[in-house]
Amino acid sequence: MTLDTPRKLSLLRDPVDLLFRGVARTAGITVLAIMSLVGLFLAYRATQALQVAGWSFFTEQSWEPDAGKFGIAAVLVGTILIALVAIVIAVPLATGTALYITDYAPRRIKQTLIGLVDLMAAIPSVVYGLWGFFFLQGNITDISRWISHTFGWIPIFAVDGADPNDPLASSTVYTSSTFIAGIVVALMIAPIITSIMREVFSQAPVGEREGALALGSTKWGMIRSVVIPFGLGGMIGGTMLGLGRALGETIAVYMIISPVFVIQPHILQAGASSVSSLIALKYGEATEFGTSALMAAGLALFIMTLIINFAASAIVARSRSGASS
Amino acid sequence: MSSTIDVRAIHERLDAATGETSIVQAVPAGTTLPRNVLSELPPELVTEQQPRRTSALRISDLLSAIGAAIASLAATTFLVTQLAPIQGPVAFGVIAYILFVVFYSILVAADETGPVVRDRIVLVIVHSLAFTIFITLVFVVLFSLIRGAQALPHLNFYTQDMSLAGPLDPLSDGGVLHAIVGTLIQIAIALAITIPLGLTTAVFLNEVPGPFARFVRTIVEAMTALPSIVAGLFIYASLILLLGFEKSGFAASLAISVMMLPIMIRSADVVLRLVPSTLKEASTGLGAGQWATVWRVVLPTSRSGLVTAIILATARGIGETSPVLLTSGFTASLNVDPLHGPMVSLPLAIFQFVKSPEPTMIARGFGTAAVLMLVVLLLFVIARLIGGQTIAKKERARQQRIELAADLRARAHGLATLPARTARLARRLTTRSGSAHAARKSDSTPTNKDDTV
Repeated sequence: MTLDTPRKLSLLRDPVDLLFRGVARTAGITVLAIMSLVGLFLAYRATQALQVAGWSFFTEQSWEPDAGKFGIAAVLVGTILIALVAIVIAVPLATGTALYITDYAPRRIKQTLIGLVDLMAAIPSVVYGLWGFFFLQGNITDISRWISHTFGWIPIFAVDGADPNDPLASSTVYTSSTFIAGIVVALMIAPIITSIMREVFSQAPVGEREGALALGSTKWGMIRSVVIPFGLGGMIGGTMLGLGRALGETIAVYMIISPVFVIQPHILQAGASSVSSLIALKYGEATEFGTSALMAAGLALFIMTLIINFAASAIVARSRSGASS
Repeated sequence: MSSTIDVRAIHERLDAATGETSIVQAVPAGTTLPRNVLSELPPELVTEQQPRRTSALRISDLLSAIGAAIASLAATTFLVTQLAPIQGPVAFGVIAYILFVVFYSILVAADETGPVVRDRIVLVIVHSLAFTIFITLVFVVLFSLIRGAQALPHLNFYTQDMSLAGPLDPLSDGGVLHAIVGTLIQIAIALAITIPLGLTTAVFLNEVPGPFARFVRTIVEAMTALPSIVAGLFIYASLILLLGFEKSGFAASLAISVMMLPIMIRSADVVLRLVPSTLKEASTGLGAGQWATVWRVVLPTSRSGLVTAIILATARGIGETSPVLLTSGFTASLNVDPLHGPMVSLPLAIFQFVKSPEPTMIARGFGTAAVLMLVVLLLFVIARLIGGQTIAKKERARQQRIELAADLRARAHGLATLPARTARLARRLTTRSGSAHAARKSDSTPTNKDDTV
C-alpha cells in the first residue's frame, strides 16, 4: 500500500510577471526610501539642535536659537490651544451636519450636500485665511468682548488690558487671537470631519434603524440608540484626523495671529503662536543652527500629528463601523 | 387591523364572482401566497384608493414652529430694548435662537410626550447646525469671489505679470499670468513624479502582499500626517541649504510631491482594494499571469477611482501654500524655467498680494483667490464626473437592475392571470416608482383591503 503524499505545489512565474513584481517592488522601495529619508533627515538635523538645548527644549518659551536659548513650550501650547478651539467649534457643527445629511435632509438635495461638503474640504487654506483676516477679524470682536466680559472670571477667557466698561476702548486687544485663528481652522476642518462622520453614519445597518423605528422610537431615539453607537468609533476617528489637520495648519493661522513667544493662555487676547507659523516666520532669517532648531520644532509637530493619526486609525479600525473598511 | 388574511376564502369568492379559476386552486391550504394575488378582488370590493401620504410633516408642527419664531423674536426685542443693555446683532441672534428652542419645546410639549419633544428639539438643533455650516462655508467662498470681482473683469489680469505694475498702479495694469503659469508648471512636475510612483506603489501594496508591503503601507500612512510646512522645510534644508540648489519651481514641485505622494498612494490603495477578487480569480482561471491580470483587469476596473484619487491629490497640491512658501522664492515676473530663478504659484501670489496695505493689491489677492478656487472647482467637477462611477456603485447598480428585472418578470407572470380590472389597479400601484418603493406600497394594499372585506 502506498501512502498518498501531498502533491508538491510550485509556482512558476512568467518572466513578464517577475519583471512586473520587480518594478512594483522597486516603486515600493523608492517610496519607502523617500519617506524614510524625510523622517531620518528631520530627526538627524533635529538632534543637532536638541543636543544643544537638551530638555529645556520642551520648557523654554523664547525662540533665540543663535543665543542658545530656544524651546517649543510657547508654540506647542499655542498650537494645541488653536487646535482645541477649532475642535470644540468644528465637532458639534460637523456632527450636526453629518446627521442632517444622513437622516434629515430631503432625498433630493442629499447628493448636492455631499458634493458641497467634499468640495469645501478641497478649498485651499489660504482662502480661509483671507476670509479670516479680512472679514472675521473685524466682525468677531463684539463676540470676543462679550465672552470676556461675561466669562472673564474663567482664566482662559480673561483678557489683560481690556476695560469692559469703556465702550470706546480699542478692539485691538481682541484681534489676532487664538480664538479667531481657531474659528478659521474650525471652518477648514469641519468639512473633513463631516465627510468622515457622514460616511460612518450612512453605514449604520438599515435593519437596526428600521427595527428601532418599528419599535416605536422617534427619529432621535433611533439615532441615539443605533446610529451614534454604531458610528462612535468613526466620530472619534474623524475628530482626531481633523485635529491632526488643525495642528499642522500653517498659512491661515500665520495670516491671522500676531506671534508671541510666551505661553499665552488667554485665548481671546491678541497674540498667539503655533509651531507651523513659527517655521514660516523664522526660516528665512535662520542660520544653519537656526534651521536645525526649526527642524526640531517641525519634528515635534510631526510626531504629535503622527501619534494622533495612528490613534485615530486604530480607533476607527477597532470600532464596529470601521471593521468592514 | 388584523394582519392575517384568509386567502382561500377570498379566492373562492373571487372565483364565484368571475367564473374563472385563479391560481390559488393549485395551491394547497395553508400556503402563503405571493402578495400580488391578494389584489385579485372582485370589482365591488376594490375601491379606488389614494396612496397613503408618507410625509412626516404635520400642519401643527409648522404652526408651532412659526408661533415659536414670532414669540422668540418678540420676547428678544423686548428683552434687548427694555430690560437688558445687550448690544450687537450676534447677541440678539443667540438669545432669539435659545428662546426659540425653549418656546418651540413648550409648544410641542403641549400635545406630545417626552420622547417626541426631545426628538423635535434635536430636529431644530441639527437643522440649525447644518445651516450654520453650509451658509458660513458658502459665504467664505462668495466673500473671496465678491472681493475679487473688481480684478476679474480686467483681461490683463490673465495675460500680464506683475513685473511692470507697482502696488499703486490701477487694476488695469499687471496680472497674475506668472502665478497661473507657475502653478501649472509646478503641479505638472509634481504629477510627473507622483503619478507613476504613487500608482505603482499602490499596485505593489495590493498585488505583492507580504510583511514588506505592510511595512510600506504603515510608513505611507504615517507620512500622511506630515504637516505640509515640514515637507517644505525638508526640501528647503536638504535641497537648497545642503545641496546648494537655488529656490526654484523645481524645488517647489519636489516639496509638493513629498506632500502629495502619501495622499495619492493612500487613496489609490483604497480604490484598488475594492476590485472584486472574483474578477482577478476569473482572470487567473483563464490562464492570465499576474501582469496581464493587473493590466487588463485590475487597472481598467478601477480606472475611474484612480483618476479621482489623482485629481483630489492634485487639488490638495495646488492649494497648499506653505511648502511653496519655503522653496519657490518670490518673483513678480513670468518665469517658465523651473530649474532657475524663483517661480511664483497662485497660493503664494495671494499670500504676497494681501500682505500689501494697498487696496488694489488686496483686490488682486482676492482675484487670484477666485482664480485658484475656479481651478480647484474645475478639478473637482472633473473628479466627480469621472469618479461618480465607482466599482461599488457600478456593482450595486447592476444588482439593482437584475433585481428589478426579476421583480418585473415575477409581477408580469402574476399579472397575466388576473382579471383585467385588478390587473390595471395592480399595475398602477406597482409602476408608480422604483421597485423597492413599489413593493412597500403593494405591501400596504392588502391590509387596507382587509378592512373593505
